[in-house]
Amino acid sequence: MPPVELLLMLLLLATVIVVARLKDLFAAAMLTGIASLLAAGLFVLMDAVDVAFTEAAVGAGVSTVLFLGALSLTSRREKQEQTRILPIVIVVATGAALIYGTWDMPAYGDPDAVIHHHLAPDLIAETEEKIHIPNIVTAILASFRGYDTFGEVVVIFTAGVGVALLLGGLGLRRHDSGTEEES
Amino acid sequence: MYVAGMTAIVVTMFLALARAAIGPTVFDRILAVNMFGTKTVLLIAVAGFLTGRPEWLDLAIVYTLVNFTGTLAVLRFARFGNLARDDRKADRS
Repeated sequence: MPPVELLLMLLLLATVIVVARLKDLFAAAMLTGIASLLAAGLFVLMDAVDVAFTEAAVGAGVSTVLFLGALSLTSRREKQEQTRILPIVIVVATGAALIYGTWDMPAYGDPDAVIHHHLAPDLIAETEEKIHIPNIVTAILASFRGYDTFGEVVVIFTAGVGVALLLGGLGLRRHDSGTEEES
Repeated sequence: MYVAGMTAIVVTMFLALARAAIGPTVFDRILAVNMFGTKTVLLIAVAGFLTGRPEWLDLAIVYTLVNFTGTLAVLRFARFGNLARDDRKADRS
């Protein structure tokens, strides 16, 4: 692993340990934003810029705001509790199982990995002459799995309409409150 | 030179994380978290130039926006104790 990614991993580890140790939940909510930004930086360094962008927007942006919204309804400090053994045993066992699961995965960037020999050579060779889109990723997203992308767009549109209706009734309620302030 | 810059940025990230963990006041932590976000942006930008992909600069700029939104929410919470209502306005009326 390159030294920068190793250092970022160390930072991520330090951050989550600090988050787990903090009693001030306000500070803990902010530090989860740091953890998300670090994860996003790692994703960028691994060339997964789209995943990294989602991680930054959701993890560092929206979920910090959601945590703070939840905090405004509850207490700002964690209750003092005795350290219990069972949760840490479960966490360590789950982590060990996940690490054991990664042993069967191909190494990062391994050119002999199965996924690079299944469809990728055909797509790289034939995309341009078949549908004349120079960017292969765009061709896959917009053409080869176009229905899938269309479904995602419908889901996001529905979510957006739902949020717009919940927040302001598409501008109707904002107009009402505006007249109240004038009167 | 990019490597030296990257090392410096990572060292600064460790320092900022230490400040965010120690505190002691809320505003130390807010400043540390905001600075950490800036350092992430810088790290991505420098890494982009280091690996010959200066397009990452655009990505880094968008991260700045995300970081700014988070900082605004945190500051608002620190000032008013909530995100939705404006308590000062309610007191006046």
